[in-house]
Formats: sequence, structure tokens, C-alpha cells
Amino acid sequence: MPETTSPEKVRIRITVNDVAHDLLVEPRTLLADLLRGDLELTGTHVGCEQGVCGACTVLVDGAATRSCLVFAAQLDGTAVRTVESLAGADGTLHPIQQAFHENHGLQCGFCTPGMLMGACELLERTAEPDPDEVREALGGNLCRCTGYQNIVRSVCAAGQSMTAAKNGAQA
Amino acid sequence: MKPAAFAYLAPHDLDEALDQLAEHGADARVLAGGQSLVRLMNARLASPAVVVDINRVGGLDALSLVNGSGPARLRLGATVRQRTSELSPEVAAHAPLLAEAGAHVAHAPVRSRGTVVGSVAFADPSAELPTALLALDGRVVARSRSGERTIEADDFFTGPFTTSLAPGELVVAVEVPVTAAGTGTAFVEVSRRHGDLPVCGVAATVTRGDDGSVAATRIALCGAGERPVRARAAEDALTGSDGGADAVAAAAARAADGLSPIADCHGSADFRRHLARVLTGRALRTAIHRAAGEADNA
Repeated sequence: MPETTSPEKVRIRITVNDVAHDLLVEPRTLLADLLRGDLELTGTHVGCEQGVCGACTVLVDGAATRSCLVFAAQLDGTAVRTVESLAGADGTLHPIQQAFHENHGLQCGFCTPGMLMGACELLERTAEPDPDEVREALGGNLCRCTGYQNIVRSVCAAGQSMTAAKNGAQA
Repeated sequence: MKPAAFAYLAPHDLDEALDQLAEHGADARVLAGGQSLVRLMNARLASPAVVVDINRVGGLDALSLVNGSGPARLRLGATVRQRTSELSPEVAAHAPLLAEAGAHVAHAPVRSRGTVVGSVAFADPSAELPTALLALDGRVVARSRSGERTIEADDFFTGPFTTSLAPGELVVAVEVPVTAAGTGTAFVEVSRRHGDLPVCGVAATVTRGDDGSVAATRIALCGAGERPVRARAAEDALTGSDGGADAVAAAAARAADGLSPIADCHGSADFRRHLARVLTGRALRTAIHRAAGEADNA
């Protein structure tokens, strides 16, 4: 079938970082491009556009997902979380971001949004992961600066500080 | 790059999906997990005019035991995620080879969207899950407007990324016979990096008879040819033997007989033949231990 007319747009209702959107999207719009272009959430970084580098990882209904390998049209009715959801409105860093800051878990920062969102999913599932669990969870996120050691350290530290904060709140 | 424009169809039931696939024929591609298709579309290696998203079709996400005529089977519907299969207690109990092979597929965020059936239908000759399906003597359930048929894994894979699926057919499920007591399975691979496709991988199933000898063996290899292939000479060498170290070594030595592996930047054909022999030995040893109900490190 030759490409003669532009295909019909698709209506999606999608929640991004707790904000509801009702959108008409072109079928070929990738979630990464919807976030960065239409919604101006440029914290999600696009590296390889083939699912290899993990920089564009966001949470879709809580699951770490390559936003370059999902069409926005598929996501009607879902809730998406991006790196912009982490810090407080006043700029207070999320404990995971704070841990990356304290442990030098980033240098250039390009891979960091994907690392943070992957870590989010892991810490949701496993409160205090050991280094092997962090490596398994973030094994598909490439970083060309840090050599990974400080990223693993950061995620372990974030798990500990989040658990400590939770226990403190309960005491 | 970005995908070329296409029309997006999201059928809500199977009949609607099959009608759409029949209508658009070769212009349409099925979208399930999308972890291979969208990558190809981003690179414009695939530019389908129509994409049929089957994720909203009810019933395709079922993972269930089927007790019909013949031995019990485990059935995985077309939208069962690789991650779901990998973590499923049913898969662990009834087809642990699928879980073991599945854990080698890419990384968790890819597996949480990618589907088992999608990987089988994509038919990458290096991929783990088609090879596991072949070793398990599994089959593919295909539906079209003219009805349903089952295709044995032995007949499904016909070449690189090519299957015996007819135009208009949708793979609605894969089925594997339940792995019974007395049967052990194992999957091993060598890949350049964790999460990469293997340079070569081996899936093995070994069934021991009452006298302890090997009653049946199936060995399937990925990365060793233009499609997932059986190492029949090695199977024949092991079957009927006592399953001891000498028998395993003799079988493993024949694992590359008749293979024509590809040669690329990840390894020469000779290296792949070498891996086929070494990994077959490892897989068989583990499968035999498991068939005897022994712990993996025994």
C-alpha cells in the first residue's frame, strides 16, 4: 500500500507524572518523542533509538520501559512516570537523586534519567538491593563515563536511606 | 531515525484482528511487545503500512495448563510477557527450560514488554526462546479466518526470521508438553555481553528411563545456523546410553555434525562449532543431573 495519505491520528488518554492528558497522536509517535516534543518533558533522553542504551527508560504503569520502543498510541489508559516526577516542586532531590549526588553516580548525566527510573522500579520491588541485584536491574543501561561502580553504590545507598527514612517515620 | 507513517489498528477481539490481518495481508505487521518490531521500524528496516496491535484482544494473555487428549501441556498466549513467563510458578514447575532460557533474553525492561510468542514468531536464528521451544518439542498455534492449526516447532522455523506461517495467520499461542519427573532440562549460552544475543546457545532435554539409562534426548541450538536447529547426531549418541561422563562427551563431540553456522563479527563458523560442542556437553551434564532429581552443583 503506497503511502499516499497521512494515517488517521489516534486519541489517547494518558497520565504523565500525575497530570492527565487527552491527546491526538500520530501512530508513529514514539513515547519518547511524545514526552520530549509534545509534553516538553526533556528530562527523558534518547540515545540509540533501538532499545539498547536504556537512556530513555521511563515507568509505564510502574514497569521500567524503553520509551523509544513503544508507540504513544499503545498507551491509552496508562500512567507514565518520568525523571521529572522525582524531585519535589521546591527542587528537593528525591532520595535516589540525592544518593547519586553524594556518591558521584553521574558525570555527563546523559544516561542518568534512565538509571534513575530503572532504580525507581528496582527499589519499589526490592527495598535494599545488593550490588548484584542492582547490576541485573540496570544491566541494560549504558554509561560511558562512570565505569558503573558509583552508580551501583548510589542505588544501594538510596535503598538504605529510603528504608531508614521509612523506619524513622514509623517509629 | 523515526518510523515511517503507518495506520494503527487496535482490535478488541480475535475475529476483528484476523479480519484486519486478512484484509491487509503482507502490508500488515502484528504488534505485541514491540521490542523487535519497533526497533526495526525505527531503523526503517521494516515499514509496514498497517500495524495491528493485538494487546487489547481479550484472552491472549492467558498462561495455563491444558489437559486435553495426550499429555498435559503448558500454553502461553500471544501477549504473555517474557518477564511474566520467567517469573511464573507454573512455568517454573512445568517448563523450567522456558524460564531459564528466557532469563537470558535482553534485559528486564525489554522482557517486561516483549512476549514469548513474539520472539518465537520473529524467528531470530540466534534467539533463546525459539530454541527452547524446539528442545521442548513444542508447537505453535496459528489462527486465521479459515480456522486454527498447530505447527510443530520442528516445522515452524524455515530460515532466518522466516516461518511456515501463512499470510493472514496469527500465532495465538505456543504450547509445550509438561516437563515430567525423570526429565531434566538445561539452557546455556555464550554471549559477548550480558543481555546480548548469544554467539551460540544450547537447550537440552534428557529423559531417564526406570533403569537410569537415557530414554530420550532433544538438543536444540541457536546461533548455529539459519534457524534454530537440532543436534540430531548428538541426540542419537546419547539416547540409549547410561548418561555417564563418557556418553556425554561422545554426544557433545557430535553436536556440530552437519551444522553450517554463520560467520560474523561475533565469531567464525569454526568458533561456533566449538561452542556448540562445549555448550552441549555442559547442557547435557546439567540436564542429566536434574533428570535424576539432583541439585545443580551435585
